[in-house]
Amino acid sequence: MTPVVHLDELSRTFPGPPAVEALRQVDLVVNRGDYLALVGPSGSGKSTLLHLLGLLDRPTGGRYLLDGIDTNSLSEPQRAGLRASNIGFVFQAFHLLGHRSNVENVMLSDVYRRGGRARRRDRAVAALEAVGLGHRLTGNPTTLSGGERQRVAIARALVSEPSLILADEPTGNLDTATGEQILQLFAELHDRGLTVVIITHDDSVAERADRVVRIRDGRLEHSPAPVS
Amino acid sequence: MTILPPEYEGPDDARITGPLPPPPSVGGGPTDEPVLDGVGDAVPRSVFSLADLGSEMTLALTARPGRTLLTALGTILGVAALVATLGLAQTAGQQIVGRFDELTATEVVVSPQNRNNFGGGQTQQVSAIPWDAESRLIRLNGVTAAGTSSAVPVGDRLARSVPVIDPLGQTEFQIPVVAASPGLFPAVRAQLLTGRFYDEGHAERGDPVAVLGPAAAQRLNVTRVDNTPTIFVGEQPLAVVGILSDTARQPGLLSAIIIPESVARDRFGLTGVEEVQIEVEVGAADLIATQAPVALAPNTPELLRVATPPSPTRVRAGVENDINSLFIVLGGVSLLVGAIGIANVTLVSVLERTSEIGLRRALGARRAHIAAQFLAESMALGALAGVLGTSLGVLTVVVVSATREWTPVLDPWLPFVAPVLGAVIGLVAGTYPAWKAANTEPIAALRGAG
Repeated sequence: MTPVVHLDELSRTFPGPPAVEALRQVDLVVNRGDYLALVGPSGSGKSTLLHLLGLLDRPTGGRYLLDGIDTNSLSEPQRAGLRASNIGFVFQAFHLLGHRSNVENVMLSDVYRRGGRARRRDRAVAALEAVGLGHRLTGNPTTLSGGERQRVAIARALVSEPSLILADEPTGNLDTATGEQILQLFAELHDRGLTVVIITHDDSVAERADRVVRIRDGRLEHSPAPVS
Repeated sequence: MTILPPEYEGPDDARITGPLPPPPSVGGGPTDEPVLDGVGDAVPRSVFSLADLGSEMTLALTARPGRTLLTALGTILGVAALVATLGLAQTAGQQIVGRFDELTATEVVVSPQNRNNFGGGQTQQVSAIPWDAESRLIRLNGVTAAGTSSAVPVGDRLARSVPVIDPLGQTEFQIPVVAASPGLFPAVRAQLLTGRFYDEGHAERGDPVAVLGPAAAQRLNVTRVDNTPTIFVGEQPLAVVGILSDTARQPGLLSAIIIPESVARDRFGLTGVEEVQIEVEVGAADLIATQAPVALAPNTPELLRVATPPSPTRVRAGVENDINSLFIVLGGVSLLVGAIGIANVTLVSVLERTSEIGLRRALGARRAHIAAQFLAESMALGALAGVLGTSLGVLTVVVVSATREWTPVLDPWLPFVAPVLGAVIGLVAGTYPAWKAANTEPIAALRGAG
């Protein structure tokens, strides 16, 4: 079975002077249905890895296969197409548009993909129902609590049915109890078979994942994680 | 070092179950082939349909309508100023042209300078206009009719009709007497109620005949001329040969007794011609105005004063130039200010919406998509300003015309071109902000607070 993510000696060096080796020949395989946490302190290179995984940045060395596709050889429009179809982003700061309703925010995810314009709203409603916000369709994100906002953002990531959910500190802006609920939601999504990668500096968040990979000074370290 | 994951036990193609609809197989999704090693066609490019561009633009502009309107204000005023300027210039030009009816455009009047005291004595009334002015002028190319006229110094002589003694009614009246050459009747476009005009024969023979204006005829109680009734001015008898119904020029004739110049000279002491009324062909007024004094008084043309209608082409061009050059500059300046306003606010909103740009990039937008979105927004803003400004400008033209009782005139293409002008301004103004937005780094944009 093709892994969702296959990193093969992936490197990213920011040109200097002095040149900074943010990632040094990283190898990683994420299989379909994995729930993986990338943990590391700030400056460890985890943001760089997130951007490479999210096709927002290009590596300076190595290969990155997403769903078996060698992303290095793709044109920028194709990489954007992969972002639209295969990756669902969840951000620490939610990044919702305040002047649009919740369902319109979720629908935004389908704008840059081909087809399905007529059923876009239905799909957005279904995604909001999947995260337990079926009753807050028409409201504005500014009227929601932090946890609810992150649920809208997760619904936006789900609506394109991506093969990979990339979550960047998804609980960073939430209190512990609310963060717990969001992590519970990720666990449910994982149980439904979705592939989830969470980037965090918080060990308590990482503990919820099936697999924890630590990153330090641009290198990955395998560490024993609780297997569910 | 390869990190091998623990074997995942779940179903192979497990997807979201529950409320989400079954996945339509999107290209580039999960595949069972081992590695698509850069097979370009297998991966779809991200798209941004025109319909989506339109709806994204509409949502962005309607999110804060007040701000949208304020952003567009400068351009609205600029377009309004331009439309109002062009409209008012046309309206005013048309208004002046409207006064140039055919009647005044074909009229030239020649009269002597210093008519009364030339030569010192008040009785010595010397006129530079010769008695044969009519025959001198009619030879000029472009003159259709010419006639001389003079007020006859009747003093306190009163006019009366046949001496009927009526103790109850007034029978004598102070009625002006005008000496006119026969050519004056066509020159003022006189029309007869009854009878006839006197002619060259009457004038040469010095026949004591008269043509009455309708008001004079009414006061003298003359209604029929078939038996040539006699009227008296002082003690001088005059045979009435015709009664006027109307004249197009010199309305004073309507209340006067009109007699041949020879009669006025012999019996009333007329010393000179007061003025020459010339009717010319359309467009010949300027030419005849220069020729007539020379024809009338070859030695002393400077003693004659010529009244011509102002040339319509000159006046219209003058008015439009005055209004246009001033206000088009004003309109252009406000358009420039408006464009800078749009550029400025769009640039600010690019900075404000950095995280939105980052989000859109993460959701699959390309740089071109971001640029297209911001360009479309500023262009729509400009077009909106163009429409509002055009409405405002047209309204201004109508209101000004209404208060001046003018007929509003506007080129029909103007209301259609002006919104396009606004859109172009918006497009130009949005170019730099759109470029800026397209070059926003998604990584930096997403890291900021949203």
